[in-house]
Amino acid sequence: MPNRLTRDDLTRARLRLLQMHFEAGVGHIGGNLSAIDLLMAIHHELMQEGDAFVLSKGHSAGALYVTLWTLGRLEDDDLTTFHRNDTLLAAHPPPAGLADVLFATGSLGHGLPLSCGLALSRRLRGEAGRVWCLMSDGEWNEGSNWEALIFARQQGLANLTVIVDLNGLQGFGTTAEVADLRPLATKLRDFGWDVEEVDGHDVAAVVAAARRGSAAPRAILASTTKGRGVSFMEGKVEWHYLPLTPELYEQAVREVRIAADIPSATAG
Amino acid sequence: MVAVAERPDLVFLTGDLGFMALEPLRDALGARFINAGVAEQNMIGVAAGLARDGWRPWAYSIAPFVYARPYEQLRNDVAMHSLPVTMVGNGGGYGYGVMGATHHALEDYGAVLALGGIRVLVPAFDTDVSQAVASILGQSRPAYLRLGLDEAPKGFERPPFAPWRRLVEGDAATILVCGPLAGGLFAALGDLPRERRPNLWLVSELPLDGMPEAFLADVGRTPHLMAVEEHVVTGGVGERLARELLLRGVAPRRFTHRCALGYPSGRYGSQAFHRRESGLDAASILAALG
Repeated sequence: MPNRLTRDDLTRARLRLLQMHFEAGVGHIGGNLSAIDLLMAIHHELMQEGDAFVLSKGHSAGALYVTLWTLGRLEDDDLTTFHRNDTLLAAHPPPAGLADVLFATGSLGHGLPLSCGLALSRRLRGEAGRVWCLMSDGEWNEGSNWEALIFARQQGLANLTVIVDLNGLQGFGTTAEVADLRPLATKLRDFGWDVEEVDGHDVAAVVAAARRGSAAPRAILASTTKGRGVSFMEGKVEWHYLPLTPELYEQAVREVRIAADIPSATAG
Repeated sequence: MVAVAERPDLVFLTGDLGFMALEPLRDALGARFINAGVAEQNMIGVAAGLARDGWRPWAYSIAPFVYARPYEQLRNDVAMHSLPVTMVGNGGGYGYGVMGATHHALEDYGAVLALGGIRVLVPAFDTDVSQAVASILGQSRPAYLRLGLDEAPKGFERPPFAPWRRLVEGDAATILVCGPLAGGLFAALGDLPRERRPNLWLVSELPLDGMPEAFLADVGRTPHLMAVEEHVVTGGVGERLARELLLRGVAPRRFTHRCALGYPSGRYGSQAFHRRESGLDAASILAALG
C-alpha cells in the first residue's frame, strides 16, 4: 500500500498539470492526465536510492515536470516556462539541463533499450538499484521495444520494471483500430517477462504490484483513461492534441475538485 | 581491444558477429562481453544506457548495421547526449565486396558526422587500430571507428597513428586520401620520380580538424589537389576539404574528387572490382593525376 502519497497529492498534481497546459496554451494533455498517477506512484512510492527512471512516452513530459514539482525538484517559476521560448521544459524531455531527466525522449521506442542499458549497468556492478520505465501502449508498435524485450529476458534483467500506460488511444485512433496488440499481457509473457495487470488509477494497486519481486524483468500493464478526471476529455483522441479554452479549463478544474471533494469552484 | 580489456569500465557489445575473431576478447572481458543479438537498435540504446551510467561501451557489427540500421539511436540516444559510445563498423566502403550492396557502407562517416559531436576514426594500417582505440578511450565522446583491411605493401614502415600523415612527398600533385586506400596508393606512387610523384596525405580522423600548415603548403605549391575516398560525395572528405580551403581563402589551381559512385554497372564483385568501377583503383588515380 502507498506509504506517503495521498489523494490530495494526486489532485494537486492533476490541477497543476491542467493549469500548466492551460497557461501554455498547448495540447498533449490527454496522455499526461492518463500518466500522472503512475508518475506520482513511481516517484513518491516506488523509487529508492540508486534507482533510475526513464520516461519512454516522452509526450508525457508535462506530467513528469509536475511530478518533479511535487517533489520540490522543480519550482513554480520553472513550470511557468513550460512550452515557451528559452525554456528547458520543452514538450518532450530535454537531453541536458535537468538532473532528473536522464534521456531526451519523444521518439517512441527508445526508453526500453535505454532502460535495459541502465539495468545491465547495475547488474554488472553488482548494485541493487532498480530501473523504472514508463511506456505508452501505442509505443508498442515500435520494433525496437520487441528487440529490448528479448534482450532483457536473455540478460536476466530482473532489476527492470516497465509500467505501461494502457490508455487505449494513440495518434490517429484507438490502439485496437491502429495496431491491435491485445492481449498485450500474453505477448509479453510469451517473451519471458513477468506481467501483472492493474487499474492504473488505483495507485495502491499499482504500488503493490510494482513492489512484488520477480526473477524476470517485470511489466505492469496499467489500464488508464486518457484525459482521466475531466469528463469531456476522457477517452477522446482529440485531447492528444487540443489546447484548453478558458471555459473548458474552468470546467476541467471544477470536475477535478468535485471528484476530490474540494469545495471551491474557482480555478487556480 | 584485448589489450585494453583490463579497463574495468569497458563493455563490448556485438550484434551477433565475431565468430572466429572476437573469441579472445570475449574471454578477456567475461561478463562485460555481450552478444546483443541481431537487434542493432536495441544494442545502441543499451550502449547509451551503459554510457549514461559511466561505462565505456563499444558496439560492433558490419558497418551498415551499426550506423544505418540504428541511426535514430545514434542521433537521439548517443549524439544528443554526447555519450562516450563507440560504434565499430567492420568493412567500411566496399569492404564486404561481393557480399553485396546491403553490406557496403558508402555513406557511413558522412551520415555519422552530420549528427555532430561524433569523432570518426578511419585506420589505414593494422598498426593504427590499437592507437585509434587508445585515442578514443582518451576522450569521453561518441566515436565511430571505420575498419578495413591494411593494404600497405610488405616492408612498408607504417607511421604512428595521427589524424594527418604525409606518406609520400612529390611535386606533381597533392592527394588527400582517407582510409586503407592509402596503402595501395603508396605502393603505386612511392617509386615514381619526384617530378611525377604526388604528395600523398592520409587523413585518419574526421571532421577535418587541425589541417597542418605543411598540407596547405603542399596544396599551394602543386598544380592539382585530389581528394580520394571510398565514400559517396555527400558528406565526405572531398566536400569538407573544399569547404575548409574556401574558408581559409585557399584556392587550388585544380581540384578533383574521386569517390564511391555506387554501382555504375549494376554488377557486384570484390572490393577491388567496385573500386575500379568508381575509379578508385591506383591505376585510375594515377592516370587521372595527368
